Amino acid sequence: MPDSSGTAFLAVDALRKSFGPVRAVENVAFTLRRGEVMGLVGESGSGKTTVGRLVLRLVEPTSGRVVFDGTDLGALSGRQMRRVRKRMQIVFQDPFSSLNPYQRVGEAIEEPLIVHGLRGERAQRQERVRELLSLVGLRPAHAGRYPHEFSGGQRQRIAIARALASEPDFIVADEAVSALDVSIQAQIINLLRELQQSFQLTMLFISHDLGVVRYLADRTMVLYLGRIVEMGPTEELFAAPRHPYTRALLSAIPDPDPDRRRERIILKGDVPSPIDPPSGCAFRERCPFALAACAVEVPALRAVTPTHSKACIRDDLH
Amino acid sequence: MSQSLAPALAIRETRSESRFVTAARRLLHHRAGMCGLTVILVIVICAAFAPWLAPYDPAEIDYDAMIAPPSWLHPLGTDEIGRDILSRVIFGARVSLQIVFVAIVLSLLVGGAIGLASGYVGGRTDNVLMRLMDGLLAFPLLVLALGVIAVLGPDLINAIIALAVVNVPGFARLVRGQVLSVRERDFVQAARATGAGHLRIMVVHVWPSVAGNVIVYASLRASAVLITESSLAFLGLGATPPTPTWGQMLATAMEYWSAWWMSIFPGLAIFFAALAFNFFGDGLRDALDVRIGE
Repeated sequence: MPDSSGTAFLAVDALRKSFGPVRAVENVAFTLRRGEVMGLVGESGSGKTTVGRLVLRLVEPTSGRVVFDGTDLGALSGRQMRRVRKRMQIVFQDPFSSLNPYQRVGEAIEEPLIVHGLRGERAQRQERVRELLSLVGLRPAHAGRYPHEFSGGQRQRIAIARALASEPDFIVADEAVSALDVSIQAQIINLLRELQQSFQLTMLFISHDLGVVRYLADRTMVLYLGRIVEMGPTEELFAAPRHPYTRALLSAIPDPDPDRRRERIILKGDVPSPIDPPSGCAFRERCPFALAACAVEVPALRAVTPTHSKACIRDDLH
Repeated sequence: MSQSLAPALAIRETRSESRFVTAARRLLHHRAGMCGLTVILVIVICAAFAPWLAPYDPAEIDYDAMIAPPSWLHPLGTDEIGRDILSRVIFGARVSLQIVFVAIVLSLLVGGAIGLASGYVGGRTDNVLMRLMDGLLAFPLLVLALGVIAVLGPDLINAIIALAVVNVPGFARLVRGQVLSVRERDFVQAARATGAGHLRIMVVHVWPSVAGNVIVYASLRASAVLITESSLAFLGLGATPPTPTWGQMLATAMEYWSAWWMSIFPGLAIFFAALAFNFFGDGLRDALDVRIGE
């Protein structure tokens, strides 16, 4: 369970990122407590991945701040930043491209140890590599092989072992199971959950798969066109979504029970272009509840309960 | 029964064959590539052991046999002042190989460094360097080489420099393109996320994916350098006369049309050497499994 003292382990404030005219991330702010798992959901192109990389400063923000355990990452020099990377790691979506094809598996997992000068002796490092391989459910004897000799699920385990090598406290899982077969997905999700619990990892879990997020995340935020439209405790958000977009997303989850009648919200049109978003609420053109007032200004993310907030001006929908 | 099987079934510490070994093994099974490699090795041996292999000193003049057709005494004939063609072709391999090797290595180092910097740093650095390369590429190869020699003066060293200069843009562009595509791959981002420094990322993560292409390109360019060198020598801008090079022998032979042996043997040497580099390059390309057009 996350630490409930209320101090932010990770605080993101007014984060913005533009790629030329494309405003990928607009005014994103959230905090994470130590040991908390935050789910980040949204459609393709909503800026999920960019948020993940901004938080790790793999991409430089256009403006805004990321404070990690009391350290403002934006204020660090390249060298200082590299040192902090020991404590924050990432698992990528595609395990076929996240591992260097010319590096043996053991070398890949050993790399963080070398880079940060951990476990000095080579023999000790290799012992740690074996340990990590067994931790993620692979055989230590596999250290001498190349990534191409493994399946997608095994490769994702390798990527997770690499991410854990430097004993980080914070992990960004960027669509970490989306590229895997459904049967393998479950294994990797369970692995992530076990590891998160046993190491008290703080995690930003990015996914477009709502079911997975519901299973893993303590809290969830919903991103639409680079903005957070709703954020709250996962169970609450899934049971009683406050934003029309969240409701539409949730209604799109397939239901295994064919007899159950459900409200199904079909959205009109496509996600608008992030180069030229609509005035006011970016979602209004597709929203079945839009009013004239929605076009006036961008709705602020505001609290509806102490833990739950939304960016919608209509309070009369529930 | 099951007991005797147990040790065999136990998971052994398996260390997969390194990628280098795999590539070498594939090259060994590539017929054209091995033909090319064999010819190149023969030329290298000729160059290395020229003084022992050549029947005569390449500068030795046989006053009794000037412009003599092939005979037992001079298997490939003699030139206009009675020097043994076979010996000159063998010694010519020395100079030609040196020129090709040094020019290619120079252009690889300089072009590779420019390409790495351009692709990895990006932005303005990239722009300035690439426009410079475009500028060089705008000249026809030979004209550029002639220009460089015109500035530096004609001798062997300057010919090598000229040949290196004309090949720099090709390497720079190839490496830059490769770096640009590799740089965005997840495993490079993963290395950054790990906290690896720029040097480590370049050497451990970017370079291995780029190297295959560069090596293949280098071996394919080798044949072009050989031919350009011959053209330069033909124009009298390569090595200065007493040093035998194949191109220069061709140039001299032009004045003696009836003495076919004077041109045909150095010509064949150039032909086979260029072909060998090309075949070898093709073999490497298949062995390293890289895609590169020529």
